[in-house]
Amino acid sequence: MAQTILPFGPQHPVLPEPIHLKLTVEDEIVVDALPALGYVHRGLEKLCDIRDYNQMVQIVERVCGICSKIHAMCYCQGIEEMMGVEVPDRAKFLRVIWSELHRVHSHLLWLGLFADAFGFEALFYQFWKIREKVMDINEATTGNRVIVSVNQVGGVRRDLSAEQLRWIDAELKVVEAQVRALRATTLDDYTVKKRTKGIGVLSSAQAMELGAAGPTLRGSGVAQDMRQLKYAAFDRLDFQPISYPDGDSWSRCAVRYDETLQSIDLVRQAMARLPEGELSVKVKGKPEGEVVTRVEQPRGELLYYLKGNGTNNLDRCRIRTPTFANIPPLVVMLPGLELADVPVVVLSIDPCISCTER
Amino acid sequence: MQAILDFIKSSRIKSPWLMHFDCGSCNGCDIETLACLTPVYDVERFGIVNVGNPKHADILIVSGTVNHRNKKVLANLYEQMPHPKVVVAIGACGLSGGVFREAPNVVGGIDKVIPVDAYVPGCPPKPEAIIDGVVLGLQKFAEKSLA
Amino acid sequence: MPIPTKQVTKETLVAEVLQLKNAGWRIVTATCVDLNENEFDLIYHFDKDLQMEHLRLTVPKGAPVPSISGVYLAAFLVENEIQDQFGLCFDGLALNFANHLYLDDEVATTPFCKFGVVRKTAAAE
Ligand code: SF4
Repeated sequence: MAQTILPFGPQHPVLPEPIHLKLTVEDEIVVDALPALGYVHRGLEKLCDIRDYNQMVQIVERVCGICSKIHAMCYCQGIEEMMGVEVPDRAKFLRVIWSELHRVHSHLLWLGLFADAFGFEALFYQFWKIREKVMDINEATTGNRVIVSVNQVGGVRRDLSAEQLRWIDAELKVVEAQVRALRATTLDDYTVKKRTKGIGVLSSAQAMELGAAGPTLRGSGVAQDMRQLKYAAFDRLDFQPISYPDGDSWSRCAVRYDETLQSIDLVRQAMARLPEGELSVKVKGKPEGEVVTRVEQPRGELLYYLKGNGTNNLDRCRIRTPTFANIPPLVVMLPGLELADVPVVVLSIDPCISCTER
Repeated sequence: MQAILDFIKSSRIKSPWLMHFDCGSCNGCDIETLACLTPVYDVERFGIVNVGNPKHADILIVSGTVNHRNKKVLANLYEQMPHPKVVVAIGACGLSGGVFREAPNVVGGIDKVIPVDAYVPGCPPKPEAIIDGVVLGLQKFAEKSLA
Repeated sequence: MPIPTKQVTKETLVAEVLQLKNAGWRIVTATCVDLNENEFDLIYHFDKDLQMEHLRLTVPKGAPVPSISGVYLAAFLVENEIQDQFGLCFDGLALNFANHLYLDDEVATTPFCKFGVVRKTAAAE
């Protein structure tokens, strides 16, 4: 059978972002996939040469708009560890509240895009409609819908009043009820299952060997979540990672669906236990030394390697994002699939290209 | 014949089809652009339809800093669009490179590659601002179309 | 304070990595740091049950480094990235984009190096 090479992307209707895949196909079956990146590369790690360590917070927030809060949190934690700064308790809880809200909006966004990938447009719109409520919370509490600039080295910039907490609680009740109402359609529907069950299977051994991260890893039965490291206030919240054993697109979808509800619960816990106190501490000195920090992004494990040299500018700021880790598993999953399933599997890892290439 | 041509001219202003291209943005602007198409903001009520094919598109919405690889794609997409066409640049990045303008692989600004008709500032701009930008783009589109 | 790392050499790198793999470690990533005019630091990060292990390899500029993509296929992406940004060449890369993973010709000039560097592959030596 003759082989044909098909380009997938960089501008493709199912992808909000440009990624290019060279698919070698035999008839309708993919036999080989080669990723071509670089369409969103900016080289922003290099900006640490000209921006000081406080300004870098605003840069790393813009690595990715969908999980900007979590990038900034990871970066701040790294600098704080390097400089020996202890963040006030209230700030730790506020960080958890905003980062889990971010996870909720990111997962809802993904659930919508995923529904779109298998052609279920009504479900796509439903999830995005629910998501707008979370965006409203972001806007009302931080001033921006997407890039919520609440972190600074040493704490957070904004506070939540008791009234705002009550309002968030009430809004989240609505969000939760609406998400729950979509469970049967998202996970049990006959057509949806046909498109996702058994498609793009990644065994747990493969996932470990290829270094998968986040829901892609947990969808393959490995219950590993960086929130188990108990950073920020996670040591005082009840949390168990969610995993599903099958390793197919459906499992990855189920992991994210459950995590959405879990994050809503975590926000509630954090709001209930929010201690009184300062929002931030004054940071003195310059960062010096090396540090590696990890946090859990909506898409998986995020790692920052920071190296300071005793000046205002960092020597090196290295960002390893979860999608970067999930590209090799994707390349392994694609061969053997029918062409029509490629968008579903590509989306099932929740690709965030601007994270990957930075 | 002339009547038909006039009819096409006036109707395409009423129902412009738009295409969105992410030219190296951080996603913030993209998801806000996408949010415009979904139920809460819903630009479809103005007859605006999102398409994936440049040959069907009247309006090109571009977000992002433009780097040396995707500027070729951007120019190519712009070339493929039929006349008349307008380009709306979204976000600080699309205007000047934004926070990334000094990064190594950044061209900085969509207007360095293709002509831009409307600029929407913000990082990211709110969906309302994006809709405003598109409406402004539409006025230019009408001028170009009727010219 | 530097992070706790295990120093390895070019000769022992692949064997060490293989040992970690057999012990069930997952590769997280690798980091390249421009130390001075003559040297790079390559730090490999591994994870097992939320514990981390780091290997540090200090290499002179302009000499190729053995690739670990033969052991962990997943390493091909990060090694290509380092090739792009630092001009350090890897020997035996499973999938080699030859310095064009992210960069096109206009900017393919090792933008992440603070100090100048010459690209040298094993074949050129
Ligand atoms: S303008 Fe801001 S939100 Fe938009 S792409 Fe640039 S950094 Fe992201």
